Order: sequence, then C-alpha cells, then structure tokens
Amino acid sequence: MIAIVDYDTGNLRSVCNALERIGSEYCITSDASVIRASERVLLPGVGAASEAMNNLHERGLCNVIKELRQPVLGICVGMQIMCQYSEEGDTSCLGIFDTYVRKLASCVEMGIKVPHMGWNSIENLKKTIFEGVHEGAFVYFVHSFAPDKCKQTIALSRNGREFSAALAKDNFYGTQFHPEKSGDVGEAILRNFIRL
Amino acid sequence: MVAKRIIPCLDVKDGRTVKGVNFIGLQDVGDAVELGRRYAMQGADELVYLDISATIEGRNTFTSLVERISSNINIPFTVGGGISTIDDAARLLDAGADKVSINSAAVNNPSLIDSIASKYGSQFVVLAIDTKRVGNEWLITTHGGRTLTERELFSWAREGEERGAGEILLTSMDHDGTRNGYPCELFRELSRHLSIPIIASGGAGSVDDIAKVFSEGGADAALAASIFHYGEITVMELKRRLHDKGIKVRI
Repeated sequence: MIAIVDYDTGNLRSVCNALERIGSEYCITSDASVIRASERVLLPGVGAASEAMNNLHERGLCNVIKELRQPVLGICVGMQIMCQYSEEGDTSCLGIFDTYVRKLASCVEMGIKVPHMGWNSIENLKKTIFEGVHEGAFVYFVHSFAPDKCKQTIALSRNGREFSAALAKDNFYGTQFHPEKSGDVGEAILRNFIRL
Repeated sequence: MVAKRIIPCLDVKDGRTVKGVNFIGLQDVGDAVELGRRYAMQGADELVYLDISATIEGRNTFTSLVERISSNINIPFTVGGGISTIDDAARLLDAGADKVSINSAAVNNPSLIDSIASKYGSQFVVLAIDTKRVGNEWLITTHGGRTLTERELFSWAREGEERGAGEILLTSMDHDGTRNGYPCELFRELSRHLSIPIIASGGAGSVDDIAKVFSEGGADAALAASIFHYGEITVMELKRRLHDKGIKVRI
C-alpha cells in the first residue's frame, strides 16, 4: 500500500490516476500511523513551499516524514520541502536533501521562461528510479523554483541554469518534474519507485 | 530548453469530438477519450478539450468526460468552453483537469483570472484570446468570434499575464479554419510583450506552417485540430519532421 500524504496542497487526482494506471494500491491520508505503516510514501505538492511546510507542521507530520525508513517519493513542491531551505517565502524545510531551492531566472531574449513549464530533457541519470529510462528522456515540469545541483542529484535538467531534476538520499527520492503527467517515461519511473 | 509542444485540440459536443471550419458545419470525428489516447500514444505533448455544448446536460456530460480523460490519459490536458465562474473551474479541477482555459468570461470579468490563479495557481489558468484584425489594430472578439470588443490584443494579453494567467492561447479569427498558416508576425509581436508561454492556434495547414510559427513566430506551442483529426499527418510524423528542421521537440 502506498500512502499519499494529504496535506492540502493541491489536487491529488492525477497522482491517484497514475497509480491506478500502473495497478498500485494507495490511500490518501494525513494520519501519522497510517503513513508509518505503509510500504511506500508519496509526498505530492502543488503551490508554494511556505504553505506546504505550514500545512505539514499543522498536521504534525514534519518529523514523521523525516523519520520514515520505507521508500519516500516527493514530487515537485513535495521534493522541494525535503531540501534544506527554499527561497520561496524564505522557508526553512525538512532538511533531508543537502541542497537549497532557488528561483529560476527568466531571460526573454534567450527564450527562457519562468515558470519552467512543459517537456524538458533529463540527463546524468543515476539508475534506481531511472532504470530503463534513457539519457535525454523528456518529462513534464511546472515550477518556478528548483533545487541546486548537489551530491544527491540523480538527474539534471536545465532552464537557463542547471538544476536537480531528481534527488535521492538513502530511502528518500524526489522529482522536480511530474512523473504522473510524463507519459510512459513517468509511468516507468513510478513503477521503478514501487519496485525499490 | 523546453521542447516546443504540439497540442491537438478536440472540440467536444455532448461527449463526442467535432471540429468546425470557422465554427460552422460541424462533423463528428470520434470518441473524445479514445481520440485523446491515440494522440497521447502518438506523442502529443498536451491535449485541449473544448466543450462547445450549449446546454446544461451537455455541461454535465463534459464534466464526467473530464473524469474519464484524466483516468485514461498520462499527459497534461486543458479544458475550456463556458467557464465563467471560479466554481466552474473548481468543478473541472476536481474532475482532473490540469488547466482551464478561459475566454469570453475573462473579457467580461477580468478579475476571474485573478481569482482562479490566486486560488489554484497560474499554471492552472490559460487565457484564450480570439482576435481579429480591424484596420491597423488587432481587437479582441468573444463568443467564438461573433462579438467584437474594443479591447486591443497586446494590452489585454499583458493584463492577463499581470492578473496571473500562466499561458496565452491566441487564435486569429481571420486565419482559424483556413489552413493557410498562422499569422507569424502577430505571434512574434505578442511574444515581445509577454514573458509567459504562447500557444499558437488557428490556421495550421502544413508542417511548414507549424515550423514557421515556432521559428519565426516565437510560439512555445502549436495547437491544431483538423490536420490531425482527418488523419492527414500523425502527431509523431509531424514531430519527426519538425525535429528534422532543427526544432526541439519531444520524440
């Protein structure tokens, strides 16, 4: 069973639909004991990092998440709040990944737009959740902030500057892109996470 | 760099896909979910579903269709048509839509953009603009081109961005359905005014037309319907040919 953490950050429907398509059982919960007992934990997130952290605090889930031992996957803002700090709202985060989340800069002359929205390629893939995914595969991004490259980076992408498209440390994983919206590549990544 | 997106557009009436030439003379081209899935498998980057039902029954059918689309399709999709309140947007978000496109209602009530964007984020709001050339100006039309307003295109698009729209979907009503190509100069001019992505719509008749709106028009995405619906070219074939012309696309 996969626990999708419900902390009121946007619509969970696409994540649920993606898990259904790949045949995984899930529950949506903010109950610490259910989260601790599940085999996998998914931390989704749309919106602002500051609000996401507040919501997690309010539900008393910050330490619960940090202390999990089963595979945990943060998606988009769900991954950003697993980093040390986010510039967005000057937010202190969970501190699982040793990196900072900073705003991407737009450059109209060079055609670099922020939000970084659409399909972009990912490179320098370190296996595990990218098993079977080829270098330069395209995934779907929607974000204005992104984590810097660090030693836990397992995929890189670029929109103006280079940033971590995915991170991994011990049992914790995170993707800046949305695997649930990234077509067959995204489904392969979710399948890999479930098989870890 | 983000890839240029190819977005098939499906006009839906009572759960079925139709496409009109200049919005007159609709022809049925198939089941909306099945057609969308076929496009996704062929490499479409996103889908747009426009509800052109005029009745309440049609609207309800569309909401349940959106639920089916979101269960069956693994790429982002936008829904539009008749969204005039934040409740309409919320209903479609709950049904699984990734974005909503708003058009006439935003012209009549611009604060609708602010309210949807502040509640659900800019990434959820596509401002669709239908424009028509009148003398030396590009003016905004509403209600599928039937009503001409006094609003000028560039200032309206900028206002839309400032109010929180995440993308602009621009259709020239003078080109829509003609298949003679997009007005590339218009798109280039618009891209100078905006920092959010622009989706070019209306007028694609060939691969070259689409290549031009990317390279000369500076558009970020191209939306097309008829060239796909009648099987003249598949999305995959189109993307391969764009790739051969040096345009970054997801293949």
